[in-house]
This record gives sequence, structure tokens and C-alpha cells, in this order.
Amino acid sequence: MNSGDTAWVLASSALVLLMTVPALAFFYGGLVRRKNVLSLLMQGFIILCVISLQWILYGYSITFSPDTGQGIIGGLDWIGLKGVGGQPNADYAATIPHLAFMIFQCMFAVITPALMIGAFAERIKFSAFLVFTILWATFVYDPLGHWVWGTGGWLRNLGALDFAGGIVVHTSSGVSALVMVLLLGKRIGYPEHPFRPHNLPFTVMGASLLWFGWFGFNAGSALGANELAANAFVTTNTATAAAGLTWALIEWQQHGAPTVLGVVTGAVAGMVAITPACGFVNPMNAIFIGMLVSLFCYIAIARIKAMFKYDDALDVFGVHGVGGIWGTIATGLFAEKAVNEAGANGLLFGNVHQFLVQGLLVVVTVIYAVVMTWILFKLVDAIIGMRVEKKNEIIGLDLTQHNESAYTVIE
Amino acid sequence: MKYIVAIIQPHKLDEVMKTLEEIDVNLMTVSNVLGRGRQKGVTEVYRGAKEAGSLLKKVKLEIACNEDFVEPAIEAIIKGARSGEIGDGKIFVLDLVDVVRIRTGERNGNAIG
Repeated sequence: MNSGDTAWVLASSALVLLMTVPALAFFYGGLVRRKNVLSLLMQGFIILCVISLQWILYGYSITFSPDTGQGIIGGLDWIGLKGVGGQPNADYAATIPHLAFMIFQCMFAVITPALMIGAFAERIKFSAFLVFTILWATFVYDPLGHWVWGTGGWLRNLGALDFAGGIVVHTSSGVSALVMVLLLGKRIGYPEHPFRPHNLPFTVMGASLLWFGWFGFNAGSALGANELAANAFVTTNTATAAAGLTWALIEWQQHGAPTVLGVVTGAVAGMVAITPACGFVNPMNAIFIGMLVSLFCYIAIARIKAMFKYDDALDVFGVHGVGGIWGTIATGLFAEKAVNEAGANGLLFGNVHQFLVQGLLVVVTVIYAVVMTWILFKLVDAIIGMRVEKKNEIIGLDLTQHNESAYTVIE
Repeated sequence: MKYIVAIIQPHKLDEVMKTLEEIDVNLMTVSNVLGRGRQKGVTEVYRGAKEAGSLLKKVKLEIACNEDFVEPAIEAIIKGARSGEIGDGKIFVLDLVDVVRIRTGERNGNAIG
């Protein structure tokens, strides 16, 4: 056991918690209309409550406990944290308490469904959202996490690389978010009427805190206070910087002015793209990953979404789906053993195989997330009804789902 | 009695209050408002989506005064608010039927000042 490693992983767990609330919640909360800001904060906060419990009751066990034989799902050995204590588990992290690894992973399980709330914002029924979230965590996140990260997971056995969750966290939630918005339908008035962000300073503050917390997410995924953590830290900062700047330059060229929303959107896309790669690539290549992700995500949001007019309200698919897919592919391009001996060389270092494995990882994740989200949506929609009534959507979710409002007009 | 409603540029409010003070018009109600004129406002861009016709921030002044003060007040508002650029605003003058001071119950000319 190493006290430095343990301290870093525990601190990183707290940093990843900060990414969900307040960072992500305020990033999203600022982008919606003032009548719905609390609903976004509430959804982020309640996911932290609910998934924290789901994780220790059974989520951690089915994701990480020894495989049941086919590489599909973990067992029930660690249900209710049975046998998960102070002693390290050498399969995952030999130098820190097993409990520290578990709570670090808990924060990932929390933020993943929270990323999706930006897509179906301003029109989902709270009760249905809550049930859907628990089902999605259980039937999409937990199995995928097992396949890619669990010992015996079939994608892990194939050599798939996902350092901190580009596939398991971002691609899965981004693609599922797109399915959700296609099934849920557009908000009333979209796209004829503009939906202006009601508080961009919230959004900038949220994005800035995401950048801060993401060091725990990525550098913490080294599971130790070591050179790999330092590499992940530097590549994360570099890709984020390159992506934020690139987005600003694209907007400057396209619209004559760089927007603050553009810079922070680009930065978040950069963090997403470097997530799977941060422990496998060098800082110079992180610049390319960051620059290209802003180009791809800008095209996805400003062109493709505008063309097909699907109402991905806060661009969860456009940023996390597209960015996660690019980051996973980019890992297959830029990964090098000189950075991480336990990783692999990518295409640019002569290894076609790794590139193909990363492609397979994307295809499998996209298909699985699409099919399962479609099934879970239909199930919850049939039993509870996924969307609020038209009248309630017009009044706003803060008042109709939570009986409160964020701002008073008169004292 | 007249009721003067003036829509002005927000950054001109201090100057207009000063020019009104110079002619002894001190009573007014001020509010933040949104509006647009012939230029149809401004264009905003959010993640590449252009939104034309956004409303601009303005300030609305409302002043109730006796007939003697109407022309001086209008001149004072123009003096304080005018820059010569598009968007300086407008002044509307309405007939005022009655005024009541809530504290004393005084009416009309007695209540206006």
C-alpha cells in the first residue's frame, strides 16, 4: 500500500464529484431558460444521490467483481461491498485500498448518466427520468464498464484502450442522449424560436470547474501518484487548451466574433476527446487531438444538427458523443508504448491492429447504447410516460416538477 | 397634466437625470426594458446558430408633470439622451387624467409634485 497513491486517488474522487455538482449542473443550468434552471441542478444532484447508492448496493459488483464466465458481466460477489475493504485489489490497483478504487469508480458511474440530462432538458418528467437513470446505469453503464475495464471483460481481453472513459463514459452517454432526443421529440417551439442561454456566466463557471475536476478524472485514472498521472494531467490540459482556442478561431472565421460559449464548448470537447487517450499519448499529439475535436464537434452541432433539426438541447451528442468517438479513434492513432508500457502502439507507430480494435470498440458501444437506450426508453415511456404535459412544459419544469422557482421577480 | 414616457439608452440615464434636475423635475419612475426599432435589434450567435432580431436593452423613464413642465422636460430629456446615433430612443407624451397621493389622499395638481 502506498500512502501517496491513496491520497491522490481519494483527492481525485472528490475532484470527479465536483464535476457533476456543481460543474456540470451549472454548465447545463446556465444554458437553459430561467424557468428550467433548477430542474437541471436537481437532476444532477439527485443522480449523485441515487447512483452513489446503486453503486455500493450492486453496481460496483456487477461492473468490477470477477467475471461470470463470458466476459459479459461481473458477479454478485461484492454486492453491498461484501469483501471490499481496506486491502488492495491487485487486479485493479495494487497500491491503494480497494475501497478507494471503488469510490473513485463510483464518481464515474455518477457523472455518466448526468452528462445525458443536457440532451433531454426542459421537457422530461422527473419521475420517469429517475427510473430511466437507474435502469440505464444498471443495463448500459455497468455492463459496458465491465466489458472495457473489468477483469475478464471481453473488450478488455481484446486489448481495447480507454484510459479514463472516452468510450464507457462519453461515447455511451452521448450516443444514448441522441436516441433519447429522437424518441422524446423536440421542445415546443424548436427550432423556429431561439432558446437563449439564461445565464452564460453560470456556464463559464461550470466549464471552468469541469476543467479543474477533469484532472481528477484523467490523471486520477492512473490510480497512483506517478509519472503516468503526470502525463495524463499534461495531455488533458494541452488538449483542452488547443480545443478551446480552435473553437474560438472557427467561430471568428465563420461569424466574425469568437463567443465565450464557443470557447468553453470547445474546451469541454477537448477534455472529452483526450479522456480515452490521456495515459497513452504524448503532449504534442494531444494538441492535434484537441484541435480536431473542436472541428468535428463544431460541424456536428452547427451543421449536422442544424440540417436534421433534432433537439439535442445542450449538445450532449455533439460534444460527448462525437468527442468521445474521436478520442477513442485518436487513441488508436496516437497511442505509444514510450508513454505507457502497459498500453499499445497506435496506427502512427505502425500498429494497425490497435486502430482496428479501437474502431471495434466504437462500433460495439454505439450499437449497444442505441439498442439498450431505445428499449429502456420505450419501457419507461409505456409505464410512466417520459415527457411532461404540454402545459407543464410551457410553464417550466422548476414549477411543475419541483414546486419552486430559481429567481424572484419581486421581493 | 401630462404623463411622459421616454425610452432611452441605458448609459444615458445619469445625464438625463441631471438635465431634468436642472429644470427642477426630480420625480420619476425608471425601469429596465427590452426593445427594438427600425434596425430590428441585433444578431446573436449560440454554438453557430444565428438568431437575428434580438431585443436591445433600454431604460424607460416615466414622469408625471403639470403643463408648464412638459416642454422643458422634453427638452431636458433630449439634451441628456441625444447622441445623434441610431438608437437614441423615443419620447411619448400622454394626457394624464388624475393623480392620487396615497399617503394624504390629495388629488391632481396638489398630488403631482
